Amino acid sequence: MLAGVKAGPPVVTLDGVVKRYANGTLAVQGVDMAIGQGDFVSLLGPSGCGKSTVLRMVAGLIAPTAGRIGMAAGGEATGDVGFVFQEPTLMPWSNTLKNVMLPLRLAGMNRGEAADRAAAALAEVGLKGFEKAYPRALSGGMKMRVSIARALVTKPRLLLMDEPFAALDEITRHRLNNDLLTLWQAERFTAIFVTHSVFESVYLSRRIVVMAARPGRVVEDIEVNAAYPRGEVFRTSAEYAAHCREVSDALHRAMGE
Amino acid sequence: MSVSVSANEVADAPQEARERTILGLTADAWLRILMPLAIGVIALGGWEWAVRANGVPSYILPGPIEVGQTLVRDWHTLSISLWITLQITFAALFVAALLGLALAVLFAQSRVIELSLFPYAVILQVTPVVAIAPLIIIWVDDIRIALLICAWIVAFFPILSNTTLGLNSADHNLQDLFRLYRASRWQVLMRLRLPTAMPYFLGGLRISGGLALIGAIVAEFVAGTGGRASGLAYRILESGYNLQIPRMFAALVLISLTGIAIFLAMTLVSHLALRHWHESAMKERR
Repeated sequence: MLAGVKAGPPVVTLDGVVKRYANGTLAVQGVDMAIGQGDFVSLLGPSGCGKSTVLRMVAGLIAPTAGRIGMAAGGEATGDVGFVFQEPTLMPWSNTLKNVMLPLRLAGMNRGEAADRAAAALAEVGLKGFEKAYPRALSGGMKMRVSIARALVTKPRLLLMDEPFAALDEITRHRLNNDLLTLWQAERFTAIFVTHSVFESVYLSRRIVVMAARPGRVVEDIEVNAAYPRGEVFRTSAEYAAHCREVSDALHRAMGE
Repeated sequence: MSVSVSANEVADAPQEARERTILGLTADAWLRILMPLAIGVIALGGWEWAVRANGVPSYILPGPIEVGQTLVRDWHTLSISLWITLQITFAALFVAALLGLALAVLFAQSRVIELSLFPYAVILQVTPVVAIAPLIIIWVDDIRIALLICAWIVAFFPILSNTTLGLNSADHNLQDLFRLYRASRWQVLMRLRLPTAMPYFLGGLRISGGLALIGAIVAEFVAGTGGRASGLAYRILESGYNLQIPRMFAALVLISLTGIAIFLAMTLVSHLALRHWHESAMKERR
């Protein structure tokens, strides 16, 4: 059983991380955080709390103004970090398979091997048979699956997700939540998931970091001690409701209510 | 362990609209073909009738039937001229596409180069080709090359400016993704910026195709080359001097048809290149 999923030694550590944008906005102030190997952590907070900024700093897409972001040894290698954006962010001129092949091809892998791995990654997210389809012909949920397959095709140790399911309808979102957990349990990557949904964060995470805005900062760090795998039974349980209440209260405190 | 996609997700995927077709074409497509054709037939009929009814002499206004007959009778001379005009137009378009693309890529690589060269491209564009054609014809000994340069000047700018715009339009998140995977400049150019710029480049090519023809004709009007190896513009000038008005019309018809053919060819190229993914090449969905 996966009931006692315990996070391993930290893969990512943030020490007094500050981000001030060129226009003077203080996006993130003094964030300290350590994220353990194999953990599933949600960053939860209202708009403008800097949760996406933190994620992009961890990805190395933007540099912190002050403080330090440390990766465990090996965490600097290309392809060790996967990123899923809020939009599917697919190349419209390439079919599904070529979109998923991209990270491998950029790393210099030959076409044949990259195609095999990409096909396997697509099968993992339930899109076997859609290799030749162009993004234009896919639904929102399917595009997001392609985006996840692309992020996972390099077998990253760290998967960063920036509100990936925010634009999807609720039924599709639930399906993708379940499938994401299945993939997480199978592939044992560390996940950092940015969201503004209390329900989604409780359903997915082992740990929820609640952030407040103006300036963006961490206010609470909550553990969700519920067993995996979690399914529809968990979604309707009293345990789930209790966790949601706890996190929701923390969020309200963070918003100063 | 793997997962499967749910039925309602698949059901949400956009479907190609199926319309009722008549002889392989939709009602809309038939309308699009038949209506302009009907207007054309009515206009030509009216023209022929007006010419006959009023006894207008053919050196003032020939009827369409006479123009058609002249086109057939003088086909030998006219086809040689058409071939020359086509050669100049396509050579100019080819050079414009190649140089426009190359320069746009150069601009995309360095902002300094773009800032220092772009104003000169604009100057080249806004100077009327009729005004500089005489100079170019004086400077360049080979008249064909001179005409080609004139046509190129006119055709070059839309491709350059469109492609530059396209290269700078790459999706921001995709740029981040390429950065995350540490893509080289070359990889970003080949796999992201050039594909993004493709529809813009093709749009520029469509504009430039018509402009290259206009440039070639205008330059030849200025040059007024004589002899057998002259383009359609010279045939028009020559017919004007000799009051061979039906022949003038026939040359004019050929120029128009060439322009239409170039436009259709460019549209086809654009459609073939973009049909899988770009909104412009997608069938309309209602």
